[in-house]
Amino acid sequence: MSDGTNPAKIETKSLIFYYGTTPALKSVTLACPENRVTAIIGPSGCGKSTFIRTLNRMNDVVAGTRVEGQILLDGKNIHDPDVDVVELRRRVGMVFQKPNPFPKSIFDNIAYGLRINGMKDHRKLEEVVEKSLRGSALWEEVKDRLEENAFALSGGQQQRLCIARSLAVEPEVILFDEPCSAIDPIATAKIEDLIHELKKSYTVVIVTHNMQQAARVSDFTAFMMLGELIEHDATEKIFTNPASKLTEDYVTGRFG
Amino acid sequence: MKQATRRKIAQALGFFFLRVCLYLVLAVLLLFLYDIGRKGGGAISWQFLTQAPRKGMTQGGIFPAIFGTFLVTVITAILAVPLGMCSAIYLNEYATQGRLTRLIRLSIRNLSGVPSIVYGLFGVILFVNIMRFGTSVLSAGLTLGLMTLPWTITASEEALKTVPNSYREGSLALGATKWQSIRTNVLPYAVPGMLTGTVLGLARAAGETAPILFTGAAFFLPYLPKSLGDQFMALPYHLYIMATQHHQIEQVRPIAYGTALVLIALVLGMNMTAIVIRFRLRRKRR
Repeated sequence: MSDGTNPAKIETKSLIFYYGTTPALKSVTLACPENRVTAIIGPSGCGKSTFIRTLNRMNDVVAGTRVEGQILLDGKNIHDPDVDVVELRRRVGMVFQKPNPFPKSIFDNIAYGLRINGMKDHRKLEEVVEKSLRGSALWEEVKDRLEENAFALSGGQQQRLCIARSLAVEPEVILFDEPCSAIDPIATAKIEDLIHELKKSYTVVIVTHNMQQAARVSDFTAFMMLGELIEHDATEKIFTNPASKLTEDYVTGRFG
Repeated sequence: MKQATRRKIAQALGFFFLRVCLYLVLAVLLLFLYDIGRKGGGAISWQFLTQAPRKGMTQGGIFPAIFGTFLVTVITAILAVPLGMCSAIYLNEYATQGRLTRLIRLSIRNLSGVPSIVYGLFGVILFVNIMRFGTSVLSAGLTLGLMTLPWTITASEEALKTVPNSYREGSLALGATKWQSIRTNVLPYAVPGMLTGTVLGLARAAGETAPILFTGAAFFLPYLPKSLGDQFMALPYHLYIMATQHHQIEQVRPIAYGTALVLIALVLGMNMTAIVIRFRLRRKRR
């Protein structure tokens, strides 16, 4: 899927994913265009979280999993033997369902990704920390308390901290795995605004339980069910005039 | 209404029973400590702690035994701490979780249940005879080290399990290698727990008699061990001799109680150290 101007940044071709012998994804072919937000919706257990976690190979760490088909980042298969998974994950960042700040100071949380990449220059670190926190609209709230433990922040602030943390390593794609499911509506609104901003510089893929959220933040929406991609189209089309009866039933709230 | 009253009574009875169990255990423990303290307290003096036994061990102190126990525990720690922690890290963080790791884990759990005398005999075969370390503080320390390993590994693994997976995933998602993620985002939070479990294991080793009985502990030595190849005196073995083997058993009873008191204080001290370490490291993290 492309909107004519933007080529696919990250896409899957006939992606099949197994936990043990059970396929959790059955031949999913989906393209996420550059500088656009692609939302993935579907009932619980439909494989949307599994799908998004294959995009930066987070499922590699789960024992007994297997991938078939292709996942292409800029046209390059991320399972090719010459692809360094560590570098891949730097390029494809991820924000998790539950905010997961590290038990360190706010500053050290943001600086973490740079430090593991060997950056020691404190000046430069300060610069990136400020830039990342501004990027996640958290700077004004925390600029005077960077040395405080990140656990002191509210849930919504923690999630924005996690977004800032992934911005700091300058990824190209950011994956959001139900980023608002553990936070309140006001904080959710802030993160949705943020996602709008982020697509100017990044390609965004977001898994969400919340259909209004998908409608609000995304340019494209993919509807999944039981490990299959049912329909994928411009968000407006999915929510007003879906091609599939299943999609229509889901988005109108008849099940899910 | 009647139903509610019955439920309240059942609850009160339940709590009462649980409380009685706890008090019983506490009472036995306190009685035991009181008895040892009362009978051994009189024997404790500066001389008792700093001098060697004299006149067929009917007089003098127990310094060689304190020193020997200290020395053998250090050797135990040198073997068991790094090896145990590293094994636990590998087993919990790197090894593919499957049949084989389950089997290994089960074996380790079982090893911690093997009677200590079996370790003692194994130590004789392996360290004293095959590796030719002789009956020495080294053989004894290594034997105790082997005995402590399963405890160290299990405790360390439990500590690693308490670190939330989201710390690991979070750092991996930022482009950390697995080792970076473990070193910077798992170990700092697991080490306090690992150390606590390890020190508890060492405290237990320090109080063991059977593993050192044939591998290096001496009945009586007029001198302190000068090298790792020397035999040594140890508190638990000294206590065993004073309590059951001495020819003037009635006369040396206060010394036996005194030795017991010192041994308990030592083990208690080590356990306190474990608690302090954990507390300090936890606070530093905040």
